[in-house]
Amino acid sequence: MSAELFEFCCRMGDNALVLGHRVSEWCGHAPVIEEDIALANIALDLIGQTQLWLGLAGEVEGKGRDADKLAFHRDVWDFRNLLLVEQPNGDFGRTLMRQFLFDAWHLEQLTALQTSSDDRIAAIAEKAAKEVAYHFERSTDTVIGLGDGTEESHTRMQAALEFLWPYVGEAFVGDRIDEALTKAKITPDPATLRPAYDARINSVLGEATLTRPEGTFTHQGGKTGKRHSEHLGHMLTQMQWLQRAYPDATW
Amino acid sequence: MVGQTPSTETVWAWLGQVPDPEIPVISLTDLGIIRDVVWRGDTLEVTVTPTYSGCPATSIINLDIETALRAKGIENLTLKRQLSPAWTTDWLSPEGRDKLEAYGIAPPQPAGGPQHCPHCKAADVERISQFGSTPCKAQWRCLSCLEPFDYFKCI
Repeated sequence: MSAELFEFCCRMGDNALVLGHRVSEWCGHAPVIEEDIALANIALDLIGQTQLWLGLAGEVEGKGRDADKLAFHRDVWDFRNLLLVEQPNGDFGRTLMRQFLFDAWHLEQLTALQTSSDDRIAAIAEKAAKEVAYHFERSTDTVIGLGDGTEESHTRMQAALEFLWPYVGEAFVGDRIDEALTKAKITPDPATLRPAYDARINSVLGEATLTRPEGTFTHQGGKTGKRHSEHLGHMLTQMQWLQRAYPDATW
Repeated sequence: MVGQTPSTETVWAWLGQVPDPEIPVISLTDLGIIRDVVWRGDTLEVTVTPTYSGCPATSIINLDIETALRAKGIENLTLKRQLSPAWTTDWLSPEGRDKLEAYGIAPPQPAGGPQHCPHCKAADVERISQFGSTPCKAQWRCLSCLEPFDYFKCI
């Protein structure tokens, strides 16, 4: 089971790491200072959660790799994040829509993981769920504010939703790793989270006067690591630059 | 160690003197992050829970605990990280809440916003941002005295 557990912790950790890094790219660039601070704080929470998940991954693996090693010494094909979170920031609207679509799933996932048969996973989920509930509250408010805002903001939010929609379904597609972990009551079956997710986002999109796209096509390959989009490699060259140039450099 | 082993009550009192690195007006025990102090043989074990998982103050806090206890003559010390139960602002001490307010930071309220402006005490306040200068705070503004202020997020 430890191979599956390692894989699962990497999936959770890499989602938090890649999205955390993406969101941190806004630091110093957001439209107003309050939003800049909010984005940096969300990135910080996510990076903190990354340390917990990748720390546990390293512990489970037992090969002496810690969270830093896993974050900075792996290449694209070793990453297990959803394709959704590696998509470039785009405009502010797309960044917030990506956050909203991810937060809604993240919150369902972490809520379910709190009853995991693995105490270590349940403890991380309990901690992270409190932070993510706060993220979801904010991304919900922003999606409603911008969706039901000006003609310009509405158009941009609808465009962001349509662009990101084909990346949403990947989170709910299970594989043999999920199957084994679900059987051991360690993680929920990904597909079972979909009804609650749909209920969450439908009500918010309705209030935001946005139209949920009808398409059901889903890009896949991030969670399994089979096929990331071209964007992740570019992101890693930035994120891992220091460790690539000066391997094992420390403060 | 020379002399008698200090009681856990004594150690708690020492930890009550260690200020939070970000909000030095309150102590680590006021913040509610020290979860347990026990002796395991001749080793003192202090259990600490993080406020927010990404809070950069966490490693400084561990260093401050170690420095403070070593200065008191504790030689064998282990710091244990505990995630569950997750830290909640319900664990702030009543004194800690008062100290926050006196310092200009509105203490957390279950209703999700400050009770009143920590400066002029007016109840007419509005939120500027859900986040602030540290992971534990949000930015608010008083509509009476017009001063912006920090609000300690309620989680």
